Amino acid sequence: MKRKKFNYKRQEGLVGYVFILPWIIGFLLFTAGPLLFSLVASFTNYNITSQMDFVGFRNYEKLLFDDQLFWTSLWNTLYYVAFSVPLTTIGAIFLSVLLNQDVPGLRFFRTIYYLPAVLSGVGVYLLWMQLLDPSTGLVNLVLGWFGIDGPNWLFDPEWTKPSLILMKLWGVGGGMLLYMASLQGVSKSLYEAAQIDGASKWQQFRYITLPMITPVIFFDVVTSLIGGFQIFQEAYVMSNGTGGPVNSLLFYNYYMWNKAFKVFDMGYAMAMSWILFIIVFILTMINLKLAPRWVHYEGEAKR
Amino acid sequence: MKQSYFDSMKNREKVLKAVNFILLCFGSLLFLSPLWWMISTSLKTMKEVMSFPPTFFPKEWNWDNYIKTWEAAPFDLYTINTVTITILVVVGQVLVNSFVAYGFAKIPFKGREVLFAIVLSTMMIPGFVTLIPQYVLFANLGWLNTYYPLVVPAFFGSAFNIFLLRQFYMTVPNEMIEAARMEGASHFYIWRKIGIPLTKPALATVAIFSFNGAWNDFLGPLLYVNDENLYTLQLGLQVFKGEMSTQWNYLMAGSLIVLLPVILLFFFFQKYFIKGINLQSGGK
Repeated sequence: MKRKKFNYKRQEGLVGYVFILPWIIGFLLFTAGPLLFSLVASFTNYNITSQMDFVGFRNYEKLLFDDQLFWTSLWNTLYYVAFSVPLTTIGAIFLSVLLNQDVPGLRFFRTIYYLPAVLSGVGVYLLWMQLLDPSTGLVNLVLGWFGIDGPNWLFDPEWTKPSLILMKLWGVGGGMLLYMASLQGVSKSLYEAAQIDGASKWQQFRYITLPMITPVIFFDVVTSLIGGFQIFQEAYVMSNGTGGPVNSLLFYNYYMWNKAFKVFDMGYAMAMSWILFIIVFILTMINLKLAPRWVHYEGEAKR
Repeated sequence: MKQSYFDSMKNREKVLKAVNFILLCFGSLLFLSPLWWMISTSLKTMKEVMSFPPTFFPKEWNWDNYIKTWEAAPFDLYTINTVTITILVVVGQVLVNSFVAYGFAKIPFKGREVLFAIVLSTMMIPGFVTLIPQYVLFANLGWLNTYYPLVVPAFFGSAFNIFLLRQFYMTVPNEMIEAARMEGASHFYIWRKIGIPLTKPALATVAIFSFNGAWNDFLGPLLYVNDENLYTLQLGLQVFKGEMSTQWNYLMAGSLIVLLPVILLFFFFQKYFIKGINLQSGGK
Protein backbone atom coordinates (compact mmCIF):
# COMPACT_ATOMS: atom_id res chain seq x y z
CA MET A 1 0.00 0.00 0.00
CA LYS A 2 2.66 2.44 1.08
CA ARG A 3 4.89 1.32 -1.75
CA LYS A 4 2.18 1.98 -4.31
CA LYS A 5 1.72 5.54 -3.14
CA PHE A 6 5.44 6.11 -3.40
CA ASN A 7 5.45 4.91 -6.98
CA TYR A 8 2.56 7.14 -7.85
CA LYS A 9 4.40 10.20 -6.52
CA ARG A 10 7.52 9.20 -8.35
CA GLN A 11 5.67 8.86 -11.60
CA GLU A 12 4.06 12.25 -11.13
CA GLY A 13 7.57 13.68 -10.82
CA LEU A 14 8.70 12.06 -14.05
CA VAL A 15 5.72 13.45 -15.93
CA GLY A 16 6.72 16.90 -14.68
CA TYR A 17 10.15 16.55 -16.24
CA VAL A 18 8.60 15.40 -19.50
CA PHE A 19 6.52 18.56 -19.59
CA ILE A 20 9.46 20.90 -19.05
CA LEU A 21 11.80 18.83 -21.25
CA PRO A 22 11.59 21.18 -24.27
CA TRP A 23 12.74 24.05 -22.10
CA ILE A 24 15.55 21.99 -20.53
CA ILE A 25 16.87 21.00 -23.97
CA GLY A 26 16.53 24.57 -25.22
CA PHE A 27 18.26 25.92 -22.12
CA LEU A 28 21.22 23.54 -22.49
CA LEU A 29 21.51 23.98 -26.26
CA PHE A 30 20.78 27.67 -26.74
CA THR A 31 21.71 29.28 -23.40
CA ALA A 32 23.93 27.27 -21.04
CA GLY A 33 26.08 25.62 -23.71
CA PRO A 34 26.65 28.86 -25.62
CA LEU A 35 27.46 30.72 -22.37
CA LEU A 36 30.09 28.15 -21.48
CA PHE A 37 31.55 28.07 -24.97
CA SER A 38 31.66 31.84 -25.11
CA LEU A 39 33.40 32.10 -21.75
CA VAL A 40 36.12 29.66 -22.84
CA ALA A 41 36.44 31.12 -26.34
CA SER A 42 36.86 34.64 -24.94
CA PHE A 43 40.33 33.54 -23.80
CA THR A 44 41.29 32.36 -27.30
CA ASN A 45 41.91 33.82 -30.75
CA TYR A 46 38.93 31.87 -32.15
CA ASN A 47 37.95 32.91 -35.68
CA ILE A 48 35.31 30.21 -36.48
CA THR A 49 37.32 28.64 -39.35
CA SER A 50 40.93 27.78 -38.55
CA GLN A 51 42.24 28.76 -35.14
CA MET A 52 41.37 28.50 -31.46
CA ASP A 53 44.54 28.99 -29.46
CA PHE A 54 44.52 29.91 -25.81
CA VAL A 55 45.77 33.49 -25.41
CA GLY A 56 45.14 34.12 -21.72
CA PHE A 57 43.76 37.54 -20.87
CA ARG A 58 45.09 39.13 -24.05
CA ASN A 59 41.62 39.90 -25.50
CA TYR A 60 40.52 41.59 -22.29
CA GLU A 61 43.77 43.52 -21.95
CA LYS A 62 43.60 44.74 -25.52
CA LEU A 63 39.98 45.83 -25.11
CA LEU A 64 40.56 47.78 -21.92
CA PHE A 65 43.96 49.32 -22.63
CA ASP A 66 44.51 49.33 -26.36
CA ASP A 67 41.24 49.83 -28.23
CA GLN A 68 39.94 53.36 -28.63
CA LEU A 69 36.80 52.18 -30.48
CA PHE A 70 35.86 49.99 -27.52
CA TRP A 71 35.73 53.06 -25.30
CA THR A 72 33.91 55.08 -27.98
CA SER A 73 31.25 52.38 -28.25
CA LEU A 74 30.92 52.10 -24.48
CA TRP A 75 30.61 55.88 -24.16
CA ASN A 76 27.94 56.00 -26.91
CA THR A 77 25.98 53.28 -25.17
CA LEU A 78 26.21 54.89 -21.72
CA TYR A 79 25.07 58.20 -23.23
CA TYR A 80 22.06 56.51 -24.82
CA VAL A 81 21.10 54.61 -21.67
CA ALA A 82 21.64 57.63 -19.39
CA PHE A 83 19.12 59.69 -21.36
CA SER A 84 16.69 57.16 -22.80
CA VAL A 85 15.94 55.27 -19.57
CA PRO A 86 14.99 58.26 -17.36
CA LEU A 87 13.19 60.06 -20.20
CA THR A 88 11.04 57.09 -21.19
CA THR A 89 10.27 56.34 -17.54
CA ILE A 90 9.22 59.91 -16.78
CA GLY A 91 7.27 60.14 -20.05
CA ALA A 92 5.41 56.91 -19.36
CA ILE A 93 4.51 57.96 -15.81
CA PHE A 94 3.40 61.41 -17.01
CA LEU A 95 1.07 59.97 -19.67
CA SER A 96 -0.35 57.33 -17.34
CA VAL A 97 -1.17 59.95 -14.70
CA LEU A 98 -2.89 62.16 -17.30
CA LEU A 99 -4.96 59.16 -18.40
CA ASN A 100 -5.84 58.18 -14.86
CA GLN A 101 -8.03 61.27 -14.21
CA ASP A 102 -11.24 59.78 -15.60
CA VAL A 103 -11.02 61.70 -18.85
CA PRO A 104 -13.59 61.33 -21.61
CA GLY A 105 -12.37 59.12 -24.48
CA LEU A 106 -9.93 57.17 -22.33
CA ARG A 107 -9.91 54.12 -24.63
CA PHE A 108 -9.33 56.31 -27.67
CA PHE A 109 -6.33 58.05 -26.10
CA ARG A 110 -4.93 54.80 -24.78
CA THR A 111 -5.06 53.27 -28.27
CA ILE A 112 -3.29 56.23 -29.85
CA TYR A 113 -0.51 56.40 -27.29
CA TYR A 114 0.03 52.66 -27.29
CA LEU A 115 0.00 52.09 -31.07
CA PRO A 116 3.55 53.36 -31.78
CA ALA A 117 4.90 51.06 -29.05
CA VAL A 118 3.85 47.92 -30.93
CA LEU A 119 5.47 49.10 -34.15
CA SER A 120 9.10 48.21 -34.63
CA GLY A 121 11.62 47.08 -37.18
CA VAL A 122 12.97 48.57 -40.37
CA GLY A 123 9.68 50.25 -41.34
CA VAL A 124 9.81 52.41 -38.21
CA TYR A 125 13.50 53.22 -38.69
CA LEU A 126 12.90 54.37 -42.27
CA LEU A 127 9.95 56.46 -41.11
CA TRP A 128 12.14 58.25 -38.56
CA MET A 129 14.92 58.76 -41.09
CA GLN A 130 12.36 60.64 -43.15
CA LEU A 131 10.83 62.51 -40.17
CA LEU A 132 14.31 63.66 -39.14
CA ASP A 133 15.47 64.53 -42.66
CA PRO A 134 16.86 68.07 -42.27
CA SER A 135 15.17 69.55 -45.37
CA THR A 136 12.14 67.37 -46.18
CA GLY A 137 11.28 65.95 -42.73
CA LEU A 138 8.33 66.69 -40.46
CA VAL A 139 10.31 67.39 -37.29
CA ASN A 140 12.23 70.37 -38.65
CA LEU A 141 9.07 71.59 -40.42
CA VAL A 142 7.23 71.75 -37.09
CA LEU A 143 10.25 73.28 -35.30
CA GLY A 144 10.27 75.89 -38.07
CA TRP A 145 6.69 76.91 -37.20
CA PHE A 146 8.05 77.97 -33.81
CA GLY A 147 10.97 79.79 -35.39
CA ILE A 148 13.46 77.10 -34.41
CA ASP A 149 16.11 76.17 -36.93
CA GLY A 150 16.25 72.39 -36.47
CA PRO A 151 19.56 70.52 -36.34
CA ASN A 152 20.85 68.09 -38.97
CA TRP A 153 19.82 65.15 -36.76
CA LEU A 154 21.26 61.92 -38.21
CA PHE A 155 23.94 63.81 -40.13
CA ASP A 156 25.36 65.71 -37.16
CA PRO A 157 27.43 63.65 -34.70
CA GLU A 158 26.13 65.79 -31.84
CA TRP A 159 22.51 64.93 -32.71
CA THR A 160 22.59 61.30 -33.85
CA LYS A 161 22.03 59.84 -30.40
CA PRO A 162 19.30 62.36 -29.48
CA SER A 163 17.64 61.29 -32.76
CA LEU A 164 17.43 57.70 -31.58
CA ILE A 165 16.26 58.79 -28.12
CA LEU A 166 13.48 60.82 -29.73
CA MET A 167 12.40 57.77 -31.71
CA LYS A 168 12.48 55.68 -28.54
CA LEU A 169 10.21 58.21 -26.81
CA TRP A 170 7.59 57.68 -29.49
CA GLY A 171 7.26 54.11 -28.17
CA VAL A 172 6.68 55.18 -24.59
CA GLY A 173 3.14 53.71 -24.64
CA GLY A 174 4.23 50.24 -23.51
CA GLY A 175 5.58 51.62 -20.24
CA MET A 176 2.51 53.84 -19.97
CA LEU A 177 0.25 50.76 -19.92
CA LEU A 178 2.36 49.20 -17.17
CA TYR A 179 1.89 52.29 -15.01
CA MET A 180 -1.82 52.57 -15.85
CA ALA A 181 -2.40 49.04 -14.57
CA SER A 182 -0.56 49.87 -11.37
CA LEU A 183 -2.37 53.21 -10.86
CA GLN A 184 -5.71 51.45 -11.03
CA GLY A 185 -4.64 49.51 -7.96
CA VAL A 186 -4.21 52.66 -5.88
CA SER A 187 -7.22 52.98 -3.58
CA LYS A 188 -9.49 55.99 -4.26
CA SER A 189 -10.02 56.46 -0.51
CA LEU A 190 -6.39 57.54 -0.12
CA TYR A 191 -6.97 60.47 -2.47
CA GLU A 192 -10.27 61.36 -0.81
CA ALA A 193 -8.61 61.46 2.60
CA ALA A 194 -5.82 63.63 1.22
CA GLN A 195 -8.31 66.01 -0.36
CA ILE A 196 -10.09 66.48 2.94
CA ASP A 197 -6.74 67.34 4.49
CA GLY A 198 -6.31 69.96 1.74
CA ALA A 199 -3.46 68.29 -0.15
CA SER A 200 -2.77 69.81 -3.56
CA LYS A 201 -2.75 67.73 -6.73
CA TRP A 202 1.04 67.80 -6.75
CA GLN A 203 1.23 66.69 -3.12
CA GLN A 204 -1.20 63.87 -3.85
CA PHE A 205 1.01 62.75 -6.70
CA ARG A 206 4.22 63.10 -4.71
CA TYR A 207 3.09 61.42 -1.51
CA ILE A 208 0.42 58.93 -2.65
CA THR A 209 0.73 58.06 -6.34
CA LEU A 210 4.50 57.98 -6.65
CA PRO A 211 5.23 55.72 -3.65
CA MET A 212 2.46 53.33 -4.71
CA ILE A 213 3.90 52.82 -8.19
CA THR A 214 7.57 52.50 -7.14
CA PRO A 215 7.55 48.68 -7.60
CA VAL A 216 6.59 49.18 -11.26
CA ILE A 217 9.16 51.96 -11.68
CA PHE A 218 11.76 49.57 -10.34
CA PHE A 219 10.70 46.80 -12.75
CA ASP A 220 10.60 49.28 -15.65
CA VAL A 221 14.04 50.76 -14.90
CA VAL A 222 15.71 47.37 -14.50
CA THR A 223 14.30 45.94 -17.73
CA SER A 224 14.83 49.07 -19.82
CA LEU A 225 18.39 49.35 -18.55
CA ILE A 226 19.13 45.81 -19.74
CA GLY A 227 17.36 46.55 -23.03
CA GLY A 228 19.05 49.92 -23.49
CA PHE A 229 22.54 48.47 -23.29
CA GLN A 230 21.67 46.17 -26.19
CA ILE A 231 20.75 48.84 -28.72
CA PHE A 232 21.92 47.77 -32.17
CA GLN A 233 19.35 47.40 -34.97
CA GLU A 234 18.17 51.00 -35.14
CA ALA A 235 21.76 52.28 -35.25
CA TYR A 236 22.71 49.74 -37.90
CA VAL A 237 19.80 50.61 -40.21
CA MET A 238 19.69 54.36 -39.58
CA SER A 239 23.42 54.83 -40.19
CA ASN A 240 23.17 52.71 -43.37
CA GLY A 241 25.63 50.26 -41.84
CA THR A 242 28.34 52.89 -41.28
CA GLY A 243 28.12 53.47 -37.53
CA GLY A 244 27.04 57.07 -38.11
CA PRO A 245 29.12 60.23 -38.60
CA VAL A 246 32.39 60.05 -36.58
CA ASN A 247 31.26 56.68 -35.16
CA SER A 248 28.63 58.52 -33.12
CA LEU A 249 26.18 55.61 -33.52
CA LEU A 250 28.73 52.88 -33.00
CA PHE A 251 27.11 51.36 -29.92
CA TYR A 252 28.64 48.58 -27.88
CA ASN A 253 26.77 45.76 -29.59
CA TYR A 254 27.34 47.35 -32.98
CA TYR A 255 31.10 47.26 -32.48
CA MET A 256 30.84 43.70 -31.19
CA TRP A 257 28.82 42.78 -34.30
CA ASN A 258 31.54 44.21 -36.55
CA LYS A 259 34.24 42.32 -34.69
CA ALA A 260 32.32 39.03 -34.73
CA PHE A 261 30.68 38.98 -38.15
CA LYS A 262 32.71 41.38 -40.30
CA VAL A 263 36.30 40.52 -39.40
CA PHE A 264 35.41 37.23 -37.61
CA ASP A 265 37.57 38.09 -34.60
CA MET A 266 35.18 36.01 -32.52
CA GLY A 267 37.29 35.41 -29.44
CA TYR A 268 37.70 39.15 -29.11
CA ALA A 269 33.98 39.79 -29.66
CA MET A 270 33.03 37.21 -27.05
CA ALA A 271 35.38 38.85 -24.54
CA MET A 272 33.51 42.07 -25.32
CA SER A 273 30.18 40.39 -24.67
CA TRP A 274 31.36 39.22 -21.25
CA ILE A 275 32.47 42.71 -20.27
CA LEU A 276 28.99 43.96 -21.18
CA PHE A 277 27.42 41.10 -19.23
CA ILE A 278 29.44 42.09 -16.17
CA ILE A 279 28.53 45.78 -16.52
CA VAL A 280 24.82 44.99 -16.84
CA PHE A 281 25.01 42.50 -13.97
CA ILE A 282 26.69 45.01 -11.64
CA LEU A 283 24.16 47.72 -12.52
CA THR A 284 21.28 45.32 -11.89
CA MET A 285 22.78 44.33 -8.55
CA ILE A 286 23.17 48.01 -7.57
CA ASN A 287 19.52 48.51 -8.49
CA LEU A 288 18.49 45.55 -6.35
CA LYS A 289 20.59 46.81 -3.42
CA LEU A 290 19.21 50.34 -3.65
CA ALA A 291 15.63 49.16 -4.10
CA PRO A 292 14.71 48.83 -0.39
CA ARG A 293 15.56 52.54 0.09
CA TRP A 294 12.97 53.81 -2.34
CA VAL A 295 10.70 50.99 -3.49
CA HIS A 296 7.59 50.89 -1.40
CA TYR A 297 5.82 47.55 -1.06
CA GLU A 298 2.39 47.91 0.40
CA GLY A 299 2.08 45.68 3.50
CA GLU A 300 0.04 42.57 2.86
CA ALA A 301 -2.57 44.34 0.76
CA LYS A 302 -1.41 42.84 -2.51
CA ARG A 303 0.76 40.10 -3.92
CA MET B 1 -18.08 81.20 3.32
CA LYS B 2 -17.65 77.45 3.47
CA GLN B 3 -19.91 77.07 0.43
CA SER B 4 -17.76 79.39 -1.68
CA TYR B 5 -14.61 77.53 -0.61
CA PHE B 6 -16.03 74.31 -1.99
CA ASP B 7 -17.22 76.13 -5.11
CA SER B 8 -13.73 77.39 -5.82
CA MET B 9 -12.34 73.90 -5.22
CA LYS B 10 -14.85 72.55 -7.73
CA ASN B 11 -13.91 75.21 -10.28
CA ARG B 12 -10.24 74.48 -9.80
CA GLU B 13 -10.96 70.81 -10.37
CA LYS B 14 -12.83 71.66 -13.57
CA VAL B 15 -9.99 73.81 -14.89
CA LEU B 16 -7.46 71.09 -14.11
CA LYS B 17 -9.60 68.53 -15.93
CA ALA B 18 -9.86 70.78 -18.98
CA VAL B 19 -6.09 71.37 -19.03
CA ASN B 20 -5.57 67.63 -18.68
CA PHE B 21 -7.89 66.93 -21.62
CA ILE B 22 -6.24 69.55 -23.83
CA LEU B 23 -2.80 68.14 -23.01
CA LEU B 24 -3.99 64.67 -24.00
CA CYS B 25 -5.47 65.93 -27.28
CA PHE B 26 -2.28 67.79 -28.09
CA GLY B 27 -0.23 64.72 -27.19
CA SER B 28 -2.28 62.42 -29.40
CA LEU B 29 -1.72 64.77 -32.36
CA LEU B 30 1.98 64.56 -31.60
CA PHE B 31 1.89 60.75 -31.44
CA LEU B 32 -0.24 60.34 -34.56
CA SER B 33 1.60 62.85 -36.74
CA PRO B 34 4.48 60.47 -37.67
CA LEU B 35 1.97 57.94 -38.98
CA TRP B 36 0.07 60.60 -40.88
CA TRP B 37 3.39 61.83 -42.29
CA MET B 38 4.19 58.33 -43.49
CA ILE B 39 0.85 58.05 -45.33
CA SER B 40 1.06 61.56 -46.69
CA THR B 41 4.64 61.19 -47.96
CA SER B 42 3.84 57.81 -49.53
CA LEU B 43 1.20 59.48 -51.72
CA LYS B 44 3.25 62.46 -52.89
CA THR B 45 5.22 62.84 -56.10
CA MET B 46 8.99 63.03 -55.60
CA LYS B 47 8.81 66.67 -56.70
CA GLU B 48 6.40 67.46 -53.89
CA VAL B 49 8.47 65.56 -51.34
CA MET B 50 11.48 67.72 -52.23
CA SER B 51 9.55 71.02 -52.32
CA PHE B 52 10.30 73.53 -49.59
CA PRO B 53 8.66 74.03 -47.18
CA PRO B 54 7.29 70.46 -47.02
CA THR B 55 3.51 70.11 -47.41
CA PHE B 56 1.40 68.53 -44.70
CA PHE B 57 -1.27 67.23 -47.11
CA PRO B 58 -0.38 65.78 -50.52
CA LYS B 59 -1.57 67.96 -53.42
CA GLU B 60 -2.72 64.89 -55.30
CA TRP B 61 -3.06 61.38 -53.95
CA ASN B 62 -0.85 59.10 -56.05
CA TRP B 63 -2.14 55.71 -55.00
CA ASP B 64 -0.17 54.09 -57.79
CA ASN B 65 2.98 54.78 -55.72
CA TYR B 66 2.01 51.61 -53.87
CA ILE B 67 1.78 49.57 -57.07
CA LYS B 68 5.13 50.93 -58.23
CA THR B 69 6.71 50.12 -54.88
CA TRP B 70 5.30 46.60 -54.83
CA GLU B 71 6.70 46.01 -58.32
CA ALA B 72 10.08 47.68 -57.71
CA ALA B 73 11.22 44.84 -55.43
CA PRO B 74 10.06 41.22 -54.96
CA PHE B 75 7.77 42.13 -52.06
CA ASP B 76 5.48 39.18 -52.85
CA LEU B 77 8.37 36.76 -52.31
CA TYR B 78 9.42 38.57 -49.12
CA THR B 79 5.85 38.35 -47.85
CA ILE B 80 5.57 34.60 -48.49
CA ASN B 81 8.92 34.03 -46.74
CA THR B 82 7.99 36.17 -43.75
CA VAL B 83 4.56 34.56 -43.41
CA THR B 84 6.13 31.09 -43.49
CA ILE B 85 8.60 31.91 -40.72
CA THR B 86 6.00 33.76 -38.67
CA ILE B 87 3.45 30.92 -38.75
CA LEU B 88 6.05 28.36 -37.68
CA VAL B 89 7.32 30.57 -34.85
CA VAL B 90 3.82 31.31 -33.56
CA VAL B 91 2.81 27.63 -33.59
CA GLY B 92 6.01 26.65 -31.78
CA GLN B 93 5.79 29.38 -29.17
CA VAL B 94 2.12 28.78 -28.35
CA LEU B 95 2.26 24.97 -28.15
CA VAL B 96 5.59 24.48 -26.43
CA ASN B 97 5.39 27.30 -23.91
CA SER B 98 1.86 26.31 -22.94
CA PHE B 99 3.06 22.74 -22.37
CA VAL B 100 6.10 23.77 -20.35
CA ALA B 101 4.17 26.34 -18.33
CA TYR B 102 1.58 23.70 -17.38
CA GLY B 103 4.43 21.54 -16.08
CA PHE B 104 5.84 24.35 -13.97
CA ALA B 105 2.43 25.42 -12.63
CA LYS B 106 0.48 22.22 -12.11
CA ILE B 107 2.75 19.19 -11.70
CA PRO B 108 4.75 18.90 -8.49
CA PHE B 109 8.26 17.54 -9.04
CA LYS B 110 11.62 17.72 -7.37
CA GLY B 111 13.65 20.86 -8.12
CA ARG B 112 10.73 22.69 -9.69
CA GLU B 113 11.33 25.96 -7.83
CA VAL B 114 15.04 25.99 -8.61
CA LEU B 115 14.44 25.27 -12.29
CA PHE B 116 11.81 27.98 -12.50
CA ALA B 117 14.22 30.44 -10.89
CA ILE B 118 16.66 29.54 -13.68
CA VAL B 119 13.93 30.25 -16.25
CA LEU B 120 13.48 33.72 -14.74
CA SER B 121 17.20 34.45 -14.47
CA THR B 122 17.76 33.68 -18.16
CA MET B 123 15.63 36.74 -18.91
CA MET B 124 18.42 38.87 -17.44
CA ILE B 125 21.10 37.59 -19.85
CA PRO B 126 21.84 40.12 -22.60
CA GLY B 127 21.02 38.42 -25.90
CA PHE B 128 24.36 39.31 -27.45
CA VAL B 129 26.28 37.09 -25.03
CA THR B 130 24.65 34.02 -26.53
CA LEU B 131 24.30 35.39 -30.06
CA ILE B 132 27.86 34.68 -31.22
CA PRO B 133 28.17 31.14 -29.79
CA GLN B 134 24.67 30.34 -31.16
CA TYR B 135 25.90 31.44 -34.57
CA VAL B 136 28.86 29.10 -34.19
CA LEU B 137 26.48 26.27 -33.23
CA PHE B 138 24.18 26.83 -36.20
CA ALA B 139 27.14 27.23 -38.55
CA ASN B 140 28.48 23.85 -37.40
CA LEU B 141 25.08 22.26 -37.93
CA GLY B 142 25.18 23.57 -41.51
CA TRP B 143 22.15 25.77 -40.85
CA LEU B 144 23.52 29.02 -42.29
CA ASN B 145 21.37 30.36 -45.10
CA THR B 146 18.33 28.37 -43.94
CA TYR B 147 15.33 29.27 -41.76
CA TYR B 148 16.24 26.70 -39.08
CA PRO B 149 18.07 29.21 -36.82
CA LEU B 150 15.01 31.48 -36.96
CA VAL B 151 12.39 28.79 -36.38
CA VAL B 152 13.81 25.87 -34.39
CA PRO B 153 14.54 27.80 -31.15
CA ALA B 154 10.83 28.72 -31.01
CA PHE B 155 10.06 25.05 -30.34
CA PHE B 156 12.22 24.94 -27.20
CA GLY B 157 10.43 27.47 -25.07
CA SER B 158 11.08 31.12 -24.29
CA ALA B 159 11.53 32.31 -20.72
CA PHE B 160 9.21 35.28 -20.99
CA ASN B 161 6.32 33.30 -22.46
CA ILE B 162 6.75 30.43 -20.01
CA PHE B 163 6.62 32.97 -17.20
CA LEU B 164 3.56 34.70 -18.63
CA LEU B 165 1.59 31.48 -19.16
CA ARG B 166 2.59 30.08 -15.77
CA GLN B 167 1.20 33.23 -14.14
CA PHE B 168 -2.05 32.49 -15.93
CA TYR B 169 -2.09 28.78 -15.02
CA MET B 170 -1.63 29.71 -11.36
CA THR B 171 -5.15 31.20 -11.44
CA VAL B 172 -6.62 27.81 -12.49
CA PRO B 173 -7.77 26.07 -9.28
CA ASN B 174 -5.74 23.00 -8.33
CA GLU B 175 -8.95 21.21 -7.30
CA MET B 176 -9.98 21.15 -10.93
CA ILE B 177 -6.79 19.39 -11.97
CA GLU B 178 -6.95 17.01 -9.01
CA ALA B 179 -10.55 16.07 -9.74
CA ALA B 180 -9.58 15.15 -13.29
CA ARG B 181 -6.60 13.17 -11.98
CA MET B 182 -8.98 11.21 -9.69
CA GLU B 183 -11.03 10.33 -12.74
CA GLY B 184 -7.87 8.79 -14.17
CA ALA B 185 -7.01 11.49 -16.71
CA SER B 186 -3.34 11.89 -17.57
CA HIS B 187 -1.64 15.28 -17.28
CA PHE B 188 -1.23 15.32 -21.04
CA TYR B 189 -4.98 14.84 -21.45
CA ILE B 190 -5.74 17.50 -18.84
CA TRP B 191 -3.39 19.96 -20.52
CA ARG B 192 -5.13 19.40 -23.86
CA LYS B 193 -8.72 19.31 -22.67
CA ILE B 194 -8.69 21.70 -19.69
CA GLY B 195 -5.43 23.62 -19.73
CA ILE B 196 -5.51 24.94 -23.29
CA PRO B 197 -9.20 25.97 -23.33
CA LEU B 198 -8.90 27.74 -19.96
CA THR B 199 -5.79 29.68 -20.93
CA LYS B 200 -6.99 30.76 -24.36
CA PRO B 201 -6.78 34.51 -23.65
CA ALA B 202 -3.18 34.18 -22.47
CA LEU B 203 -2.35 31.97 -25.46
CA ALA B 204 -3.76 34.68 -27.73
CA THR B 205 -1.43 37.15 -26.04
CA VAL B 206 1.55 34.87 -26.58
CA ALA B 207 0.52 34.31 -30.20
CA ILE B 208 0.28 38.03 -30.85
CA PHE B 209 3.59 38.90 -29.20
CA SER B 210 5.28 36.04 -31.07
CA PHE B 211 3.73 37.19 -34.33
CA ASN B 212 5.08 40.68 -33.71
CA GLY B 213 8.50 39.38 -32.77
CA ALA B 214 8.85 37.14 -35.82
CA TRP B 215 7.37 39.65 -38.25
CA ASN B 216 9.66 42.45 -37.05
CA ASP B 217 12.78 40.32 -36.60
CA PHE B 218 15.63 41.97 -38.45
CA LEU B 219 18.69 40.75 -36.56
CA GLY B 220 18.04 37.04 -37.13
CA PRO B 221 17.56 37.19 -40.92
CA LEU B 222 20.43 39.70 -41.23
CA LEU B 223 22.75 37.26 -39.52
CA TYR B 224 21.60 33.94 -40.96
CA VAL B 225 20.15 34.60 -44.42
CA ASN B 226 22.29 35.56 -47.42
CA ASP B 227 20.35 34.13 -50.36
CA GLU B 228 18.09 36.82 -51.83
CA ASN B 229 15.39 34.23 -52.43
CA LEU B 230 15.16 33.72 -48.67
CA TYR B 231 14.94 37.41 -47.74
CA THR B 232 12.20 38.47 -45.33
CA LEU B 233 10.24 41.73 -45.46
CA GLN B 234 12.55 43.38 -42.93
CA LEU B 235 15.68 42.48 -44.87
CA GLY B 236 14.01 43.27 -48.18
CA LEU B 237 12.95 46.68 -46.93
CA GLN B 238 16.49 47.46 -45.84
CA VAL B 239 17.84 46.47 -49.26
CA PHE B 240 15.04 48.50 -50.87
CA LYS B 241 16.28 51.50 -48.86
CA GLY B 242 19.72 51.02 -50.37
CA GLU B 243 18.26 51.02 -53.88
CA MET B 244 15.85 53.90 -53.42
CA SER B 245 18.29 56.11 -51.49
CA THR B 246 16.09 59.16 -50.74
CA GLN B 247 12.99 58.46 -52.83
CA TRP B 248 10.94 58.92 -49.71
CA ASN B 249 7.53 58.44 -51.33
CA TYR B 250 8.35 54.86 -52.34
CA LEU B 251 10.25 54.20 -49.12
CA MET B 252 7.30 55.31 -47.01
CA ALA B 253 4.92 53.21 -49.13
CA GLY B 254 7.20 50.20 -48.57
CA SER B 255 7.42 50.87 -44.83
CA LEU B 256 3.66 51.15 -44.55
CA ILE B 257 3.14 47.89 -46.45
CA VAL B 258 5.45 46.12 -44.00
CA LEU B 259 3.90 47.75 -40.91
CA LEU B 260 0.26 47.36 -41.99
CA PRO B 261 -0.31 43.77 -40.77
CA VAL B 262 0.93 44.76 -37.30
CA ILE B 263 -1.26 47.88 -37.25
CA LEU B 264 -4.33 45.84 -38.27
CA LEU B 265 -3.54 43.16 -35.72
CA PHE B 266 -3.27 45.85 -33.07
CA PHE B 267 -6.67 47.34 -33.86
CA PHE B 268 -8.42 43.94 -33.92
CA PHE B 269 -6.76 42.38 -30.88
CA GLN B 270 -5.83 45.36 -28.75
CA LYS B 271 -7.15 43.77 -25.56
CA TYR B 272 -4.66 40.90 -25.86
CA PHE B 273 -1.79 43.32 -26.26
CA ILE B 274 -2.93 45.08 -23.11
CA LYS B 275 -3.39 41.80 -21.25
CA GLY B 276 0.21 40.86 -22.03
CA ILE B 277 1.45 44.08 -20.48
CA ASN B 278 -0.73 43.64 -17.42
CA LEU B 279 0.42 40.07 -16.83
CA GLN B 280 3.95 41.35 -17.11
CA SER B 281 3.42 43.95 -14.41
CA GLY B 282 1.55 41.49 -12.20
CA GLY B 283 4.58 39.27 -11.93
CA LYS B 284 7.37 41.54 -10.84
